[in-house]
Amino acid sequence: MSDTQTQLDIDREKGNFRYDVDYEFDAGTGLNEKTIDYICDVKGEPDWIRKFRKDALKKFLEKPMPTHWASHDLENIIFDKIRYYLSQGGQKPKKTWDEVPEDVKRTFERLGIPEQERKFLAGVEAQFDSEAAYSNIKEAVGKQGVIFMGSTDALKEHPEIFRKWFGKVIPTGDNKFSALNSAAFSGGSFIYVPPGVKVSHPLQAYFRINAENFGQFERTLIIADEGAEVTYMEGCTAPKFDTATLHSAVVELVALKGAKIQYITVQNWSNNVFNLVTKRGLAMEDAEVKWIDCNIGSRLTMKYPGVVMKGRRARGEVISIALAGDGQHQDTGAKMVHAADETTSNIVSKSISVGTGRATYRGLVNIPRHLKGCKNNTECDALLINTSSRTDTYPAITVRGTGNACQHEASVSQVSSEQIFYMQQRGLTEAQAMSLSVNGFVNDLVRQFPMEYSVELKRLIDLEMEGSVG
Amino acid sequence: MKHLKIDNLHVSIGDREILRGLSLDLPTGQVHAIMGPNGSGKSTLAKVIAGHPDYTVTSGDILFDGESILAMEPDARARKGIFLAFQYPSEIPGVTIANFLRAALQARLPDGEELEATEYYAKLYEKMDLLEMPRTFTSRAVNEGFSGGEKKRCEILQMAMLRPTFALLDETDSGLDIDALKIVSHGVNSLRGPETGMLVITHYQRLLNYIVPDYVHVMVNGRIVESGTKELALKLEAEGYDWATEPEAEAVGA
Ligand SMILES: Nc1ncnc2c1ncn2[C@@H]1O[C@H](COP(=O)(O)OP(=O)(O)OP(=O)(O)O)[C@@H](O)[C@H]1O
Ligand SMILES: [Mg+2]
Repeated sequence: MSDTQTQLDIDREKGNFRYDVDYEFDAGTGLNEKTIDYICDVKGEPDWIRKFRKDALKKFLEKPMPTHWASHDLENIIFDKIRYYLSQGGQKPKKTWDEVPEDVKRTFERLGIPEQERKFLAGVEAQFDSEAAYSNIKEAVGKQGVIFMGSTDALKEHPEIFRKWFGKVIPTGDNKFSALNSAAFSGGSFIYVPPGVKVSHPLQAYFRINAENFGQFERTLIIADEGAEVTYMEGCTAPKFDTATLHSAVVELVALKGAKIQYITVQNWSNNVFNLVTKRGLAMEDAEVKWIDCNIGSRLTMKYPGVVMKGRRARGEVISIALAGDGQHQDTGAKMVHAADETTSNIVSKSISVGTGRATYRGLVNIPRHLKGCKNNTECDALLINTSSRTDTYPAITVRGTGNACQHEASVSQVSSEQIFYMQQRGLTEAQAMSLSVNGFVNDLVRQFPMEYSVELKRLIDLEMEGSVG
Repeated sequence: MKHLKIDNLHVSIGDREILRGLSLDLPTGQVHAIMGPNGSGKSTLAKVIAGHPDYTVTSGDILFDGESILAMEPDARARKGIFLAFQYPSEIPGVTIANFLRAALQARLPDGEELEATEYYAKLYEKMDLLEMPRTFTSRAVNEGFSGGEKKRCEILQMAMLRPTFALLDETDSGLDIDALKIVSHGVNSLRGPETGMLVITHYQRLLNYIVPDYVHVMVNGRIVESGTKELALKLEAEGYDWATEPEAEAVGA
């Protein structure tokens, strides 16, 4: 460690600041078997994980970029220039904020994480680049038998539960980026909620990227045992760099019989981040998996949270809000795979495109012929702010059999200059008028967010709209 | 006393001139009515005063208490005290009346000052009662799915909450049934006073029985061709506009 001098860069955006830190562990640039050995050694991982990672690396290298359907902007990711593992203060997260190294701690303080934890959370994990700097669960929640820890610790401490589900909801070779994550993963949360336990307050993870030319590959696995209930929220930010940063997570949810998992994301990456994330949940009999997904930042986001409804009467839901600002592309959607009778799914997607921003909705709903009593409802609405804004919708709905029902509605609307004039005539600036209409557009969805998050969301929309006019 | 003064105003849209040398002096404490045939430029005048970006002022001036407001953005004019009750109010999906008015009032406060919520709601309910609007309206999106008459009532509600110095009411009576007309007129009259000037655009002398104007102006082809007291409205009702149409003037739209 050299000097502890820090440098501060502030911009108007909350997450766009950076304190310099010294990295004790750095796997260098590029990803090959040696990088994987470095990560495994540093983390002290068992051999089965080393093999799992190396197999994944092969799949990652074999798989082509999905540019035949996805954005060609993916070609601008230079995998050899990215650093795949960086950690500052070791691999074991601290249980109190006092133990967290000063330069990392103040980043999270500035982002308001310890404060939120005190106010309304059951537990928090705060990841800084590759490793969690802090991870703690409220004593009362821990006493109920709830396990909440980093995935590295979990695979060592609870292999019997971890191995049973790890990579089972999203196989390594699901897509190029799930393979990449499987090869390089570090950080992310592991949660296990015992049968019948209902966690009353949300558990939260905050993902912070601090380094340039870096890739963050957290891996999250949440298991709600029979009749259990849990809400998990994740937030994220990064400072704005000139170079591309990669964030590629894999999130697997398992809701056993009668369990409920709600997973909330407020993605606020800076505009240089490629955010390529695979998220999927498995819902067994009478279980429910609900994704509430809000994408505001990043350069390109590709994310289609899914639910595989494996048990009778299972329910899947995706509620998503995407805001594509100038130069951003939010390519989001949902996957609903019905695999049992009487399963129901609901997708509500709202996107807003501002300036040259582009929002793409891709939906996949599959109800096979042999099933009975399945239902899907899909609504997707797009709002275009400027004439240069763009939206596309690619719904792929396959509903077979006569005992199944599907309802699909889509709309594209615009904030007209007459509406803006009307609001300005009442004294609102153009930017205020814009954010009011945008907030109005997403209002019904924002209400589903926990209060603390909906306030934050409204503030983020205001900031984004402020930047977009005049 | 403040004045809203329109001074020899020429306004075009594209290369078509709509207002052709219009002058008007509206002091606070007075109500002026403007009547005139369809397409004569009444709404244009109201929107130009409010700063609508589609129209170009080619010459002349609009003075708010002696100061030109032509360079001001619409929102700055509004905060200065100009209010337009639209002939065709816009719908703002998802934005409730309560939130909308709250934002509009908040925009009038100095930086860092927060609108007091209880006072705000008390005032909102008081004005809604005055206009006989059910409370359920506060949680409805602005003008969305409103009937014609409800929209007009909602415009007056906003005026009552924002307390403008100069209010421009563009055909607020159209679409109102006779009971609603009385209620809305009552609402408007309650805002009359030495601090407020009103410009009331209408086609029907009936409205002027309820909102009695100090002056009536007749507008034809983008100009005021005749001004007088409220008796002028009766003459228009009886005789139409033929007598006021300048034979040499080219028809607007030709
Ligand atoms: N945005 C616009 N684009 C093109 N023409 C316009 C526009 N606004 C107004 N005009 C034209 O200007 C003329 C005056 O219109 P305006 O709406 O001011 O009339 P008005 O006196 O309010 O009529 P009415 O009594 O029917 O409401 C009309 O011929 C109208 O077609
Ligand atoms: Mg008109």
